[in-house]
Amino acid sequence: MTRMGFFTDTSICIGCKACEVACKEWNDVPDDGLDFLAMSYDNTGGLGADTWRHVAFIELPRGGSAVPSDAGQAGVRWLMSSDVCKHCTHAACLDVCPTGALFRTEFDTVVVQQDVCNGCGYCVPACPFGVIDKREPDGRVWKCTLCHDRLKADMTPACAQACPTESIQFGPLEDLRARAAGRLGALREAGVAEARLYGADEHDGVGGFGAFFLLLEEPGVYGLPPDPVVTTRDLPRMWRAAAGAALALGGAVAAACLPRR
Amino acid sequence: MTSGYYGRPVLKAPVWKPAIAWYFFTGGLAGASSSLALAARLAGNHRLARSALVASAVGIAVSGPLLVVDLGRPARFLNMLRVAKPTSPMSVGSWLLAVFGPASAAAAASELTGRVPRLGRIGAAAAGGLGPAVATYTAVLVADTAIPAWHESHRELPFIFAGSAAASAAGAALAFTAVDAAAPARRLAVTGAALELGAFRAMEWRLGDLAGPYRDGTAGKLAKAAEATTAAGALLVSVAGRRRPTAVAAGALLCAGSALVRFSVFRAGFESAADPAATIAPQRRRAAAASDGRELPSTS
Repeated sequence: MTRMGFFTDTSICIGCKACEVACKEWNDVPDDGLDFLAMSYDNTGGLGADTWRHVAFIELPRGGSAVPSDAGQAGVRWLMSSDVCKHCTHAACLDVCPTGALFRTEFDTVVVQQDVCNGCGYCVPACPFGVIDKREPDGRVWKCTLCHDRLKADMTPACAQACPTESIQFGPLEDLRARAAGRLGALREAGVAEARLYGADEHDGVGGFGAFFLLLEEPGVYGLPPDPVVTTRDLPRMWRAAAGAALALGGAVAAACLPRR
Repeated sequence: MTSGYYGRPVLKAPVWKPAIAWYFFTGGLAGASSSLALAARLAGNHRLARSALVASAVGIAVSGPLLVVDLGRPARFLNMLRVAKPTSPMSVGSWLLAVFGPASAAAAASELTGRVPRLGRIGAAAAGGLGPAVATYTAVLVADTAIPAWHESHRELPFIFAGSAAASAAGAALAFTAVDAAAPARRLAVTGAALELGAFRAMEWRLGDLAGPYRDGTAGKLAKAAEATTAAGALLVSVAGRRRPTAVAAGALLCAGSALVRFSVFRAGFESAADPAATIAPQRRRAAAASDGRELPSTS
């Protein structure tokens, strides 16, 4: 089947958080407390077991002033961005899952089978984006499913459906990439030199994202890793190092036990 | 801005509890002990083989519950054997333990009861052969994550774990074997300690800026304690390992040092994951180096 995905165009995100709410509602994601984080308009914090869409608010000082002045918005450049699981082509969470609970669906998305997950937690530190996490006291891990149930019913994922500006676009990944390239070109032409695509390159460290972004600053500003790499890319090297160490251990033991004259 | 988004971590910290750090120690002790038992048996040193077989069985018997209690859904622990995945070091480890555990238990039970000697020999051979893999796969387990202090030390970690496992197996054997049969354990104690300490230093050197967690904070304190304890144990073995009381003391020091070095590595992962700069800064340098020479970097 065709690979489906998201293109999140942050240049038209207005920070309404409809995506966060729609996701919680549709997927029955539990409440995770109300905290005032003193992070601009963001009291969600970041993606996790109970947050599958997260709208980031970044206030960049425009010009010399480091602090938003009385002039209000004149002194600040707003960045808003709705983050989500990247549904990587080479997904570390899926690679390291020892039970097969994480699997690749017919839409080429990455989903946890909740009836299989035994809560080993290996996927949590394996994700280069810090997306997936364990839900306490449930004990299992949870993340965006790209609304697998809705996709099977030929529907649009809840977040994209709710987005009032089409900042979140859903569709076949190929179409989205073409659309994103066009949008990037238009923005560059309009003088937005900082615009860039994040995760649209099939040759990056995770083989490209199934859910990619148009950003207006470098990824680090949004708390996104600038050059994410699937950890299992280095796994053959790791197994070779372990084989060397295992041989050294066996050799040390054998040498110690050799009969002495 | 390497502080990222309001200084929040880019990565999620592991959800593993200290039981897993203890397992790294008990699993290493069990793995290296079963190999020591096999080598001692082949060399005709049956008293050393006996104590090492028991140490292996005790180590692995403790390991199982440590691993199960850490699961979010302990009742589903058998799901670990639902698939076999070489891309998952935890899957590989589960299958290793599924063979190693019963083999080690059979070998020790046969040794102590004198029954089914043939099964005991098969178990001892299997456990002895798999022992080095059981002792070192856990290094790959932590390295195969996105956490910089773990992932970037993937070359040295297996050697640290191998040395630590050898030192602990030698330590346990020293504590529970008569001194006239323990000469191999004394030699293994020194080589194991040297490997553990040397590989740890090599790891710190290679990590450079990312070695912070191994030097500062809780993990740094644990690393310093591990180094002092392991070195003291090895020194004591060298100068007074032929006297029973000092051999026991040295064995305890070596086991403590081995456990402490695993705790340090375990803890360092949490501290590394919590630091957004450790994730973002090296990647930003890498991305900048890769985009040099390209005209307009449209992606980054």
